[in-house]
Amino acid sequence: MQILESGIGELIQPFDMDEFREWNRTRKSRKLVDKRMSEQEAVSKFVYDGCYIGTELYGTVRAPMSLAREVVRQNKKDLRVCGQGVLELDLWLAAGLIKKLDITYIGLEVYGIPPSLRRAVESGQVETCVEWSNASITWRMKAAAMGVPFLPTRSMLGTDMLKYSAAKVVEDPFTGIKVALLPALVLDVALIHVQRADMFGNCQIDGITGFALEMSRACKRLIISAEEIIPTEDIRKYPDRTVIPYYLVDAVVHAPFGSYPGEMAYMYGRDEAGIKEWVDMSATAEGAKEYLDKYVFGLKDHAAYLDLIGKDRLEQAVETRERRE
Amino acid sequence: MSEPTYTRTELMICVAARLFEDGATCFIGTGIPMLAAMLAAKTTAPNLVPVFEFGGTGAILEELPRAVGEARTFHKGISALGICDTMETAQRGFIDYGFLGGAQIDPYGNLNSVVIGDHDHPRVRLPGSGGGNDVGSFCWKTIAIMQHDARRFIPKVDFLTTPGFLTGPGTRQAAGLPPGTGPAYVVSTLALMDYEPASCRMRLKALYPGVTVEAVVASTNFELVMPTHVEDIPAPGAEELRLLRDEIDPLKFYI
Repeated sequence: MQILESGIGELIQPFDMDEFREWNRTRKSRKLVDKRMSEQEAVSKFVYDGCYIGTELYGTVRAPMSLAREVVRQNKKDLRVCGQGVLELDLWLAAGLIKKLDITYIGLEVYGIPPSLRRAVESGQVETCVEWSNASITWRMKAAAMGVPFLPTRSMLGTDMLKYSAAKVVEDPFTGIKVALLPALVLDVALIHVQRADMFGNCQIDGITGFALEMSRACKRLIISAEEIIPTEDIRKYPDRTVIPYYLVDAVVHAPFGSYPGEMAYMYGRDEAGIKEWVDMSATAEGAKEYLDKYVFGLKDHAAYLDLIGKDRLEQAVETRERRE
Repeated sequence: MSEPTYTRTELMICVAARLFEDGATCFIGTGIPMLAAMLAAKTTAPNLVPVFEFGGTGAILEELPRAVGEARTFHKGISALGICDTMETAQRGFIDYGFLGGAQIDPYGNLNSVVIGDHDHPRVRLPGSGGGNDVGSFCWKTIAIMQHDARRFIPKVDFLTTPGFLTGPGTRQAAGLPPGTGPAYVVSTLALMDYEPASCRMRLKALYPGVTVEAVVASTNFELVMPTHVEDIPAPGAEELRLLRDEIDPLKFYI
């Protein structure tokens, strides 16, 4: 197949689909074992300096915020990250943990461009930004989830996105149209927050699934944080609700309000003041550091974080949840 | 009765809202497109099918979503699936319109939301494409919503993030983008633009009240195609303003 154009972006996570198969054969247990552990244990066991890591969904929506804060607390460095992120990746950028980015969108949505992203990229602290669209990064994970080395798409074509990505353009051998080939993305570690999981890691998600299905099947290690730990009988009663089966999962962390100050569909709404606090404080590097000291380094764990936020604000978030009416 | 007063942003949202076709499927990006979609749904396009990239389709937009994945993006919706569903739906030709924003736009409707300056040593790092590139690649018609000034309407974008007509007629298809797709309108804070079919270049279509052709030209850093007749856009109606201020953005995120 003739390559018509190649992106000049670095493939920052090289992959080998046979090696991934072998990993899944030998390093992922099929046994139903209790995988519950603390966020300290899960992060120290599976997240390591220099690893390629991703989070799902993003920032203010079903985001693994308690795990993201623990990664900062344990100072896991030189991370290579795929993002799609808002608050969670912003914390990592502000803490200086990210070395390379497969970037799709890191923004503060309503509140605009994140100053911490600007500081980290414009100063050269982040060494490389490889550009991908939201669909293309997900289809890269989908390729890995399918166990194939690439997927063709009609996105990215004709733009600088293609040029600054690691995609390649070829002529489709069946119909002759041009397609962009997206390389599979096999993450070393993924962090996904869900509404419910059992102790083995079988997960249910309410509301949109974002890219949880693709990411959970495209990683070597998967840490799940869950609002609720439920009995396995409840999983087996509704097997149609399981979107992430246990054998993909390496750790299950109980994290009530794990997405706070972001939202969790049908459980709690976002805390606008809590989000705004990061937006305002991260305007300067000093302010961002102060925020990290207050909400990450100054606290032992997620339980202490929830104590600091306080019952009133959490109840207020529950009050503003999406309701099924 | 005195004329209602309004801001340019409010008028821009009203103009964008009037472009929504009732019953059409529309990809909605963060920000102003969300307000426009809500206004359209409450006025001229009650059967609008909003699609939000992370999986929400067919929501009843009762409260303004502040994020493209917020539960409000599937409130009383048709489905709450994932990004593969919405993007694959767009890729196979099911999405009629895409509403987008950007930091820069060029005469062919190409948008930039990645960097100002050089990619590897940017003067300003912007958030990135997000779903913008996909929406601009797949939707049948895209509509850009932009602040209108000479720093944003420029001859060549610093980084071509979301494809418009690329470098002119035939270039989208030559690049492999699906035939029949492309930019349809630009709604700015000064005017409504479309594209001249023969050249694929941006063309002035209609002016906002009190805005002159000269003012638009002065705020556009490339040559706009001039139509034989420039239309006039009516001011927002009292009901449009009431909906915007009281029901859509009462907390004043955008207006």
